[in-house]
Amino acid sequence: MAINTMKQVNQINLISFGITDKALLEILRAEIARIFSCKVNHKEARTELGQFFDGARRQYNADSLLQMVDQNYSKAESKTVGLFQVDLFIPILTYIFGQAYLNGSSAVASGYRLVDERYGIKTNRQNYPERFLKEVIHELGHNFGLIHCRNIGCVMQASTYVEDIDLKNADFCPVCRKQLEQ
Amino acid sequence: MKKNSILIVDDEASVRDSLYNWFLEDGFEVSCAEDASKALKILDHEHFDIILADIKMPGMDGLELLRRIKQIKPDAIIIIITAFATVDTAVQALKDGAFDYVTKPFDPDDLSHLIRNALRQVSLKEENETLRERVSALEQVEDIIGESQAVKKMLTEVEQVAQSNTSVIITGESGTGKELIAKAIHANSLRKFFPLVSVHCGALTESLLESELFGHEKGAFTGAVYTRKGRFEMADNGTIFLDEIATISSKMQVELLRVLESKSFVRVGGNKTITSDFRVICATNRDLKKMVNEGSFREDLYYRLNVVNINVPPLRERKDDIPLLVNYFIAKYCKSMSRPLVNMEAAAMKRLQDYDFPGNVRELENIIERAIVVGNGKEIKLRDLPLSKPVTLSKTESLNDLEKQHIAQVLTKYSWNISRAAQALGIDRVTLYNKIKKYDLKQ
Ligand SMILES: Nc1ncnc2c1ncn2[C@@H]1O[C@H](COP(=O)(O)OP(=O)(O)O)[C@@H](O)[C@H]1O
Ligand SMILES: [Mg+2]
Ligand SMILES: [Zn+2]
Ligand SMILES: [Zn+2]
Repeated sequence: MAINTMKQVNQINLISFGITDKALLEILRAEIARIFSCKVNHKEARTELGQFFDGARRQYNADSLLQMVDQNYSKAESKTVGLFQVDLFIPILTYIFGQAYLNGSSAVASGYRLVDERYGIKTNRQNYPERFLKEVIHELGHNFGLIHCRNIGCVMQASTYVEDIDLKNADFCPVCRKQLEQ
Repeated sequence: MKKNSILIVDDEASVRDSLYNWFLEDGFEVSCAEDASKALKILDHEHFDIILADIKMPGMDGLELLRRIKQIKPDAIIIIITAFATVDTAVQALKDGAFDYVTKPFDPDDLSHLIRNALRQVSLKEENETLRERVSALEQVEDIIGESQAVKKMLTEVEQVAQSNTSVIITGESGTGKELIAKAIHANSLRKFFPLVSVHCGALTESLLESELFGHEKGAFTGAVYTRKGRFEMADNGTIFLDEIATISSKMQVELLRVLESKSFVRVGGNKTITSDFRVICATNRDLKKMVNEGSFREDLYYRLNVVNINVPPLRERKDDIPLLVNYFIAKYCKSMSRPLVNMEAAAMKRLQDYDFPGNVRELENIIERAIVVGNGKEIKLRDLPLSKPVTLSKTESLNDLEKQHIAQVLTKYSWNISRAAQALGIDRVTLYNKIKKYDLKQ
């Protein structure tokens, strides 16, 4: 049976792949612990990412990365998220921010496309940690069996644009939270 | 709620898997078939809201599949996936009755828009099939707290206006819940499948606002590596919420009026005209009519925006709602701080009900959040509230009191040196003597 309520999961593992920003990792760790009321572990991975690079698309294959995280880093009774800073794609889409196994135990998320500068806006870098955080919470939500939610502000709203991410909160709406905590 | 269903037909396993996962996350019931004949077999005994089929498959291709399905089910919603080289055949697909086509790999945003369009088609179809009973209950308004007549009246107005396409202007003091009302209108409109896009006009400079609203082309200025859609474009089929509309410059007022009239615009640094079908909701804490009379807000824009006006009354005019809001915010913040639920002592509640709340619901929310942080974790006490004084003093009394206290302090500071105290107070010596007499101050 899938382990998909917060009561059944005793740990969330954040595995970072080449993320040097210590402050960011600490924000993610602390906030995710708070949102999911759960122990959160951080580990730096040493896996070489070259094999996941698609030369033709100049992007990294998120399906293979997700599989790799699931095989090499996930543990029983826990959820594991691989954190990246590279441009992710899946074969059918031009890019994705992240993805997860629905009701599974692994997810991946990348900060690559969450930076304002990529879109030529020189506004604030301050929104970057928050966007990354929302992305990670969202993917974890899928691991816990949540699907996209239409409640405005809910972190499980689908986001295909960075601005969509800014429009939602770094938390679940009451309906999603209830499902998480059942 | 019933799940929507989709059938994915593609010979490439990686494409099927990607799409399978994507639609699963989006809440669909998903089935896959690796070729057209398997798809037809499944369709024999199962219904799908949407069918997504690749055009190029060994054996029967996507176009042939499309024709066969259409013969049996003329109103099936079929989307064709093409590779770049086969756009011509995609046009053929549309002629043969495909709902739409996408060229792979596609933008997540395009896929999501396409699917929402298709879902809207599905729901229209269902509406035609069974004359759906009118949805009288408002959706997604559970976080608008309040039982007062004022709140009930507002919700009735929301219900009346939501389903139409008219512009709405929401007026009210800061912190009264204008944005919340905008969300409720959108959530109850036919546009709810599409985004509600907010723009906080007051927070942006004129040039930023322009690129924010209209977007920019790749290379429009240094650092613009990707093309970026503006808010109007993002709001296509949805709603755009322009908060603090009174703050925009007169140049932006002209631009805005033009966009509202034509529903089209050009991205910064671009020349292609882009059209977008959006609904406008605005909010302001200013008296726009007055600004029109004073000449600081365009009259034509005002009338275009102000088709329907919903006024959100200040919290002090609906004090009955205060206890409900207090309990709601206590529950909200105890939960988000992972603390056990706390009570509020009667004296503290009484003080809140006597208070005027110049910052309205937002101020109340901040007060409760702070009280939970500083409190003892069991009960919120009067002393946990940052309200210095009950506002029961009449104005003259309080001002006189203040003056008396202040003069006494300044006199003490300068050891009753009248010249220096008068200088510090910015009044002449005679006036100071008179005040000392009036307030009966003594050394
Ligand atoms: N009736 C209400 N019930 C619950 N929360 C409310 C209510 N009205 C306002 N709020 C909360 O108060 C804060 C300010 O509301 P907002 O809509 O941003 O006000 P405005 O746009 O008028 O300044 C928000 O956090 C909002 O959720
Ligand atoms: Mg506001
Ligand atoms: Zn998602
Ligand atoms: Zn939700």
